[in-house]
Amino acid sequence: MEALLHFKNIKKSFSGNVVLDGVDFTIQPGQIVALAGENGAGKSTLMNILFGMDVISETGGFEGEIIFEGKTVNIQSPQDAMALGIGMVHQEFMLLPGFTVARNIKLNRENLIANPISRIAGKGYQLLDNPKIVREAAGALSRLGMEINPEVTVDKLPVGHMQFVEIAREIDKSNLKLLVLDEPTAVLTESEAERFLACIRKVADDGIAVIFISHRLDEVMSLADSVVILRDGQLVSDKKVEDTDKHQIAEQMVGRKLESESMVNVNRSFKEDIILEIEHLRVDMPGERSKDISLSVRRGEILGIGGLAGHGKTSISNGIFGMYPAKGKVSYNGQPLHFEKTGEALDKGMAFVSEDRKGVGLLLNESIALNMVYTDMKVNRNFLKKLGPFSLFDEKSAEEAVKEMIEELDIRCTGPKQLVGRLSGGNQQKVCMARALITKPEILFVSEPTRGIDIGAKQILLNYLVKINKEQGITIVMTSSELNELRTVCDRIAIIGSGTVQGILPPDAPNVDFALLMSGEKGGDK
Amino acid sequence: MASVKNMIKTFGFPRLIIIAFLGLLIVMMFVLHIPVPLTFSQCLVRIGINMVLALAMVPGIMAGTGMNFALPLGIECGLLAGMISLQYNMKGVGGIFAAMLISVPFSVLAGWAYSQLVNRVKGSEMMVSTYIGFSMVALMCIGWLMLPFSNASIVWPIGDGLRTTITLEEWYDRALNNLFAINILGVDIPIGLILVIGLFCLVIWLFMKSHLGLMMKAAGANPNFAKANGVKVDSMRTVATILSTVLGGIGIIIYAQGFGFYQLYNAPLMMAFPAIAAVLIGGATPSRISIFNVVLGTVMFQSMLAIATPVANSLIPEGNLSEVVRTIVSNGIILYALSRMQGGKR
Repeated sequence: MEALLHFKNIKKSFSGNVVLDGVDFTIQPGQIVALAGENGAGKSTLMNILFGMDVISETGGFEGEIIFEGKTVNIQSPQDAMALGIGMVHQEFMLLPGFTVARNIKLNRENLIANPISRIAGKGYQLLDNPKIVREAAGALSRLGMEINPEVTVDKLPVGHMQFVEIAREIDKSNLKLLVLDEPTAVLTESEAERFLACIRKVADDGIAVIFISHRLDEVMSLADSVVILRDGQLVSDKKVEDTDKHQIAEQMVGRKLESESMVNVNRSFKEDIILEIEHLRVDMPGERSKDISLSVRRGEILGIGGLAGHGKTSISNGIFGMYPAKGKVSYNGQPLHFEKTGEALDKGMAFVSEDRKGVGLLLNESIALNMVYTDMKVNRNFLKKLGPFSLFDEKSAEEAVKEMIEELDIRCTGPKQLVGRLSGGNQQKVCMARALITKPEILFVSEPTRGIDIGAKQILLNYLVKINKEQGITIVMTSSELNELRTVCDRIAIIGSGTVQGILPPDAPNVDFALLMSGEKGGDK
Repeated sequence: MASVKNMIKTFGFPRLIIIAFLGLLIVMMFVLHIPVPLTFSQCLVRIGINMVLALAMVPGIMAGTGMNFALPLGIECGLLAGMISLQYNMKGVGGIFAAMLISVPFSVLAGWAYSQLVNRVKGSEMMVSTYIGFSMVALMCIGWLMLPFSNASIVWPIGDGLRTTITLEEWYDRALNNLFAINILGVDIPIGLILVIGLFCLVIWLFMKSHLGLMMKAAGANPNFAKANGVKVDSMRTVATILSTVLGGIGIIIYAQGFGFYQLYNAPLMMAFPAIAAVLIGGATPSRISIFNVVLGTVMFQSMLAIATPVANSLIPEGNLSEVVRTIVSNGIILYALSRMQGGKR
């Protein structure tokens, strides 16, 4: 049988940084291919190429060929992709909330009736054939086995149903041959996800090929016909589901052998002196919900928190620092911590580097100096001088501390007065780190410290974390999507899956153990 | 060349145009033989009496609630305090400061109540505040009729309620303007007034650099950053709203003494607009402001109004066009400043 789609030796780099390196696989009609890989493995870039998104052409295009139904195609825009019969359902909903389900499904493809005015004034003045729109939309929904009233507006639907409306919109297109689903179940509850998967199966049975991107390996195993795994832009495996299993997939996703000498904190011993005890923490952070986290942090250690995206690992620090509503018990130095109060954790001597550098970590229009000392000024009232009733910000005293930090972390800037918004990502991250450290915390939470920054800055930041841990005895809790990064600096690594702690492993534990935990199999020593 | 371009960019092209227009008006003033010292004296007074009202925009913008279109709320509090000061015959400079002090508790209360609303309508503060201002003015129209003021000089001779316009000759007409006033080349310089508004500018400037001010700034610039640093964003917005209302109350008292009248009923309806126009011309945006913006903007906007009117009058002597010209110029400037705001930059 002729392949529907063939990615032929696709290569792509962003300004010298290779993100796809010779990816080559095929999809048959009616086949469900799961595309798996860690964050940054190249999944989204591959899909952007398939849909001719602007980011690709703006950054110099790509190498290789896309062969669709036996012909090499040149997809310049999402419209081209749609014309070929490729549809996509995004992670975020792309629906008009005030429109009915039927109108959303038939958006821009409405059934129209001509009238006298439209004959003169043109097609744009034709009337909508509402009964027909509703009928056809209902047809599309019933093909999915869903009973949703097509005449309700979308904003009245439960969140779980919106995903089905998106699918219905795609399959209603008569020429649909390939459907791409980008983490479609991330926002669904378990029972909704099950129905959804059944629904996808139906779509595939109609002869439509499906590319299914998901971090939930259970779903991949139960739904897909074959699994393609990307790692660092390379295709590491393309197998039938029957020939592989969850552990193997997880291991291949995490991959990369790590030299044992690069792990700096193997087998350090600690007294059982618990600095932070987390019990049954549940954080309602959209997209990173955690359900029941129990974890204790020993004084002086570097604890890593890892896991696949969307499973709730970043919600832990966000919950403790009051960024999202949380429930549970946290005690710090034996005292209960009222994390729901804004600023409580900071006041108690903890510090936080957020994973969202630009959104949470920085005041982009302010100077490096103010950004660095802000927390210390706010929480510990340092860098202030009294003038009558005012406590004024004392730029002079701040400048010294700031200069020291700039040197220490090798921040490339024109001086403490430069606006943070003008710095590169790596240097911005260093400013965030400096801000946390100037408060002289007892325990430091860092989330995704190396996300989106270059290798040089990465190394400086990781070395610095190890250094302050050794020299100043600061306890560090580090959350990261990159397992190897955690393994190089941490004493223990807790793997979070489905909102709970799946297990805690030493950094030199074999790859397969980490993979087991990430794939959702309980194990490891708790 | 590049450095000139850079300077223009930082100073702002719209400001250069407005300054050029102002220059043109000044030249016209000489050409048309309009009494220059008198006009300049009027300029100085206008700048002085409007400055504090423009300063009232600072806290709201810092805390991220945008331009305080509900300035009439503070103004009504100031007017109420002013009426109390007249009722009890407080006179001279002391009377002005007494009125200011009396206005503070009213403003704090009104500002607090209004802030509770502001914190519930995040994202559309400016729209909501416009109508808060309007409805407060309407409500106080009833208030001016009902409140138990009894001083014969401020209530209607027949019937109930306060008069629409109350001249201040008996109490503190131009008391601040005349305090330490000197005359240079025929231009009256109201030193007392300048000192008072200078003090207010200094206090607000210090506030912006203070611990509380910087917390407020973070709450406005990036609420998530503020939260992650333990700043209670809603309390900052509350404090800012109260502060702005207090400044509105004090501002109207300074305005009234320099103007010579208290104007009640519908007079405060549009009073937020000149203040907003001034700071916009000065280079502020709904999310960024400095004292420099306030001072520069008030100076430019008020001098333009003060000079444009006599110039227009002598250009078109038929009929009394001055009010029409004033309206066209002031609203035109607001429109211009708003359209020059860099699109999408809040």
